[in-house]
Amino acid sequence: MLDNIKDFASDFFVTGDPLIYGADVAIVLTMIAVVTALTYFKKWKWLWQDWITSVDHKKIGIMYVIASLLMLFRGGMDALLMRTQLAVPNMEFLSPEHYNAIFTTHGVIMILFMAMPLMFGLFNLVIPLQIGARDVAYPFLNSLSFWLFFFGAMLFNVSFVIGGSPDAGWLSYPPLSELSHSPGVGQDFYIWGIQISGIGSLMTGINFIVTILKMRAPGMKLMKMPMFTWSVLSSCLTIILAFPILTVTLALLFIDRYLGAHFFTLDSGGNPMMYINLIWMWGHPEVYIVVLPAFGIFSEIAATFSKKRLFGYKSMVFALMSISLFSFFTWAHHFFTMGSGADVNAFFAITTMLIAIPTGVKVFNWLFTMFRGKLSFPTPMMWMLGFIPCFVVGGMTGVLLSVAPADFQFHNSYFLIAHFHQVLIGGVAFGYFAGLYYWWPKVFGFKLNEKIGKWAFWLWNIGFYVCFMPQYFLGLMGMTRRVSSYGWDKGWYELNLTSTIGGFLMGIGFLFQVWQILHSIKFMEKDTTGDPWGGRTLEWSIPSPAPMYNFATVPRVSEKDAWWEEKQRIAQGLAPTPKPQLEPIHMPKNSGIPFIMSACFFVAGFGFVFDWLWMAIPGLVGVAACMLYHSFNYNTDYYIPVDEIKRTEAAAGRAV
Amino acid sequence: MAQSGNHSVANPAGHDEHEGHHDLEALRMMGFWIFLITDCILFGTLFATYVVLHNNTAGGPTGAELFEMPGVIAETFILLTSSFTSGLAVLSMNRGDRKGLIGWLIVTALLGASFITLEITEFVKLVHEGAAISTSGSWSAFYTLVGTHGLHVSVGLVWMISIMLQLGRHGITSVTRRKVNIISLYWHFLDVVWIFVFTIVYMMGVM
Repeated sequence: MLDNIKDFASDFFVTGDPLIYGADVAIVLTMIAVVTALTYFKKWKWLWQDWITSVDHKKIGIMYVIASLLMLFRGGMDALLMRTQLAVPNMEFLSPEHYNAIFTTHGVIMILFMAMPLMFGLFNLVIPLQIGARDVAYPFLNSLSFWLFFFGAMLFNVSFVIGGSPDAGWLSYPPLSELSHSPGVGQDFYIWGIQISGIGSLMTGINFIVTILKMRAPGMKLMKMPMFTWSVLSSCLTIILAFPILTVTLALLFIDRYLGAHFFTLDSGGNPMMYINLIWMWGHPEVYIVVLPAFGIFSEIAATFSKKRLFGYKSMVFALMSISLFSFFTWAHHFFTMGSGADVNAFFAITTMLIAIPTGVKVFNWLFTMFRGKLSFPTPMMWMLGFIPCFVVGGMTGVLLSVAPADFQFHNSYFLIAHFHQVLIGGVAFGYFAGLYYWWPKVFGFKLNEKIGKWAFWLWNIGFYVCFMPQYFLGLMGMTRRVSSYGWDKGWYELNLTSTIGGFLMGIGFLFQVWQILHSIKFMEKDTTGDPWGGRTLEWSIPSPAPMYNFATVPRVSEKDAWWEEKQRIAQGLAPTPKPQLEPIHMPKNSGIPFIMSACFFVAGFGFVFDWLWMAIPGLVGVAACMLYHSFNYNTDYYIPVDEIKRTEAAAGRAV
Repeated sequence: MAQSGNHSVANPAGHDEHEGHHDLEALRMMGFWIFLITDCILFGTLFATYVVLHNNTAGGPTGAELFEMPGVIAETFILLTSSFTSGLAVLSMNRGDRKGLIGWLIVTALLGASFITLEITEFVKLVHEGAAISTSGSWSAFYTLVGTHGLHVSVGLVWMISIMLQLGRHGITSVTRRKVNIISLYWHFLDVVWIFVFTIVYMMGVM
């Protein structure tokens, strides 16, 4: 009996590596600390009522941001472990197996569990406020999306200590990811973790499309929407067309592994290249999904801190929408080496190059927005200025990669690694940081310390170039991705060491950001105006943080940059637009179902990972029960009375 | 009377559709249309996979050898008829006839259930004849595509029953009306998908 338990435990838990034991201890201690703190301060009820069951988009947005910053920490640790292993030749810090697991989880976490939720966090925090709405179209579904992401991410992360991490690369190409080559459970953690959070992403896409199309303030025509709203619309349209492909692809891989089917196997008529085509039909649009909102953020920031209207509004809209369309016709450029022939490669090379055109249009629009503007340079604007040269270089190396014959040389080398990190860090990460700094006062009601923020900016920016510029050269020198070690004879030592130093500089930059947040919480500098930057769009017209119903009366919009124009009118001595009378506000009730249903998904996923039907089936039954319970519940909303609105507005210093 | 949302609370302001209070039922209907787009992509991906893999039989049995068209044609007509009866259910609802509505929904669900029964019988028979999901890439693609459609129909059945119970409890309100419209839309959609399954998998398979 005891031996049985021992056998089980040694299979179930990851053993043998001191780094993992250290992590085990850290995880257990953190959990004990969290539980103790919540119990000691009697915060369980607060956690459940105010956060877990909340359907308020602002709170869901904050939870997304916190979760994604934690994931940024984990993905960043993975990156630094890799860079340490590669710092000098023949390093024996990580074993090759461990290295494989780490580059896999680094990629998955950074794209799916860091970039995506940080993006959804910004959608939630900003979109309803920016379009003058009181919530998203489906608040319940919004909460469900968050908890599906959360439990999907937990399922993926738990593989680190239980069962073993996936180690077949971030896109898990078969046949390596098939049962024949990856018999462990890591690959199943990969499938279920991404599948569960992917369902959430799909629903968020639907939710925000309907929110933007249907819930804008009266008078806000499509061509009067703020540019961030446009970018979210284009990103969500891409989500709803791309994510179903991911769902199917992962399901097929699972059916292969679980039921012994032959979609992507090497024998019995399977075709591994089918997987690679399908996964990139999702994967390529996916990178545009994450970068389009960053473009929107930069457009807002460029206009606000230049005190000018965004240059080329229509061309910007056209650029965003054409990128989301073209993103579906470039996938094969990820494997020009597949051997699909000159015609196919030429087609995908040209579509890839075409995308550079709308992107170039955007860069010029931002530059012309700043041209002859009244510029100021607080942290959000610094990130914007750091982004432009970085993204231009990253974009141009992308054009180099799109040249199919040349790609045979660049393919899977460090040149590629440097390219996509340059667009994903320089574009996406810088963009979301800029957005966080820009909207932070609106979300939390206090400003972040500028001085520490600038330190963080410079560390990130310099660290970035020190880390990734050498990698272009390493790639041209023949260093391929995913190698865990190299010899002294290669001549790659100096550049790799430089790159590692750059990686750690970015790590220090992250620590500065954490310090910045903690410092700003301690020496809180409250934003009493609701409009600390001199903003242009509607979110700046209400108090910071926004009251739970957002707008006491729904604003009326007659032009672009509605709030800026209103301020101009008031400055000229004209009467402000009269506000309609207060009315009771219709709000959705909180619900625990999203949390419980997502937890059931987690149980089902965990059961499938270990092939425990006794666990998977109750999990699925729980999911179905939650859906039916919600369908039969007709008591889901309430009204906020006028008195309460008056009290809330008066407390925020607003006349009503 | 405001019946916005999944709720039965009376609106204290006492009037309908004022500024900022969107018509939630219309919003939900639109969301479902967008969901159907995503479902189209899902089936599109499965069809593409089937088209790529359907000749990869690895020396095993082919669809042309094993498909039995009479059963498949029966399934097709049953599902087409159920689409028609779900339309009749909506017409009854629009007349305000709750009994007719629930009656036609029951007929639709029974037809759906017999479709599923026939499909499962067909699958069992195919497996006995040596064509299981693990036989070859071709059969993997077949079972996954046709099975996903069957799974959709089965989920629709549970959903339809739950809506009938809600109709029994609440009658025809703006909420239940939207739910019936959505399930009927879903049912027609599955019918359209089946027409593609019938054409691409079965007809082109035996021709």
